[in-house]
Amino acid sequence: MREISVNEITKELKRMCMEANYILSADVKEKLESQIQVEASPIGESILRDIVKNANIAKENSVPMCQDTGMAVVFLEIGQDVHLIDGNLKDAVNEGVRQGYGEGFLRKSVVKDPILRGNTGDNTPAIIHMDIVPGDKVKITLAPKGFGSENMSRSKMLKPSDGMQGVEDFIIETVSLAGPNPCPPIVVGVGVGGTIEKAALMAKHALTKELGESHPEKHIADLEVRALERINNLGIGPQGLGGTTTALGINVETYPTHIAGLPVVVNINCHAARHVECVL
Amino acid sequence: MEKKITTPLTQEKVKELRAGDKVLLSGVIYTGRDAAHKRLIDALDEGKTLPFDVKDQVIYYVGPAPAQPGQVIGSAGPTTSYRMDDLTIPLLEKGLTGMIGKGARGDKVVEGMKQNGAIYFAAIGGAGALISSSIKSSEIIAYEDLGPEAIRKLVVEDMPVYVVIDSEGNDMYKSEREKYAKEKM
Repeated sequence: MREISVNEITKELKRMCMEANYILSADVKEKLESQIQVEASPIGESILRDIVKNANIAKENSVPMCQDTGMAVVFLEIGQDVHLIDGNLKDAVNEGVRQGYGEGFLRKSVVKDPILRGNTGDNTPAIIHMDIVPGDKVKITLAPKGFGSENMSRSKMLKPSDGMQGVEDFIIETVSLAGPNPCPPIVVGVGVGGTIEKAALMAKHALTKELGESHPEKHIADLEVRALERINNLGIGPQGLGGTTTALGINVETYPTHIAGLPVVVNINCHAARHVECVL
Repeated sequence: MEKKITTPLTQEKVKELRAGDKVLLSGVIYTGRDAAHKRLIDALDEGKTLPFDVKDQVIYYVGPAPAQPGQVIGSAGPTTSYRMDDLTIPLLEKGLTGMIGKGARGDKVVEGMKQNGAIYFAAIGGAGALISSSIKSSEIIAYEDLGPEAIRKLVVEDMPVYVVIDSEGNDMYKSEREKYAKEKM
């Protein structure tokens, strides 16, 4: 048994909250820069340049790229040969978020009750997804999620006969309806199969992948390529002010499902597409 | 066309602006988003006076990040506007002439803008660090308990925005998307 102190998890998460919000990840930045060269709309091109400029200012001054510094979504993959010591794991995660958002001057965007509202004042609680995996390490993935894009996400329980075309059309319809609202150019995460909550979790997890990473199975990798092309033919463009860069990428995750079902969830991310990971 | 506009945004200035114009906005503007709008509308329903006179004013839909030492304000980009749609008409009727946000507006809001003479501007969503450099001062004037959602009086200088919907109801989101759409939905 390898012992890992939960205080290490707190320390890493505090750092990761700031890093994810201050520094645009390399894959997204490279993609934005390459889209400047090919964007057909002059307004769209100018907006892409401003987005890159904004990322540079944020990194240089250690300030958040966007004022919506998100709700902290944390994926923990815990090796089954790890013994966590020095306290409660969930408390340690929330403490890392509390310190990161407090000391990092990040916005506190969480309310304590969905109906009664009321800001919790420290951006906790985080949304924590845990998985037990082989090995003796702990992998932490943090994806602070803004709600301009979260609000544009959709789910649908398709019929098995809807098949590939049904899934593809639902993705395109979702992005089309979202239009300018989720801060395009967007990143699209899709979960197909499982049950409704499994599909939603896969869609969220898909947003933590690197841009341009393809699904290992060819029929799904092909879906990713086709869907991205159709999305960028919608004309929405950067900020919805027209153009050919509506999405920077799409990742699809799949899982076996029931004979009667074909669940699909589309989770949309904005162009900040924050995702950082670390392994302890 | 690029235009320089200074608030207050009078009817005369509203009439000059067309969907598609890029505007560098200067002067006093007020922040207000979901929770603040709810309180403004509740105040009007109860016959109370608003914390500021909205006539010829501009409301910026933003909940800024906290200011770091030495900063006027933290990152301060626009939030999505449709959530304010149901809470907008009474403010337009009181003389509000400008709104800054991002994303589409409902038909009722556009109708209200035409009737009362108002402009909907879009700022670049997610460019909060860049936009905050055009904010020269910030002061909370109401609802401090709402934290990032409190109403702030801002002084801005050459804040870059686009006229997305003008007072005749022309909509840049629709017209520009149309130009580049190869797939229609």
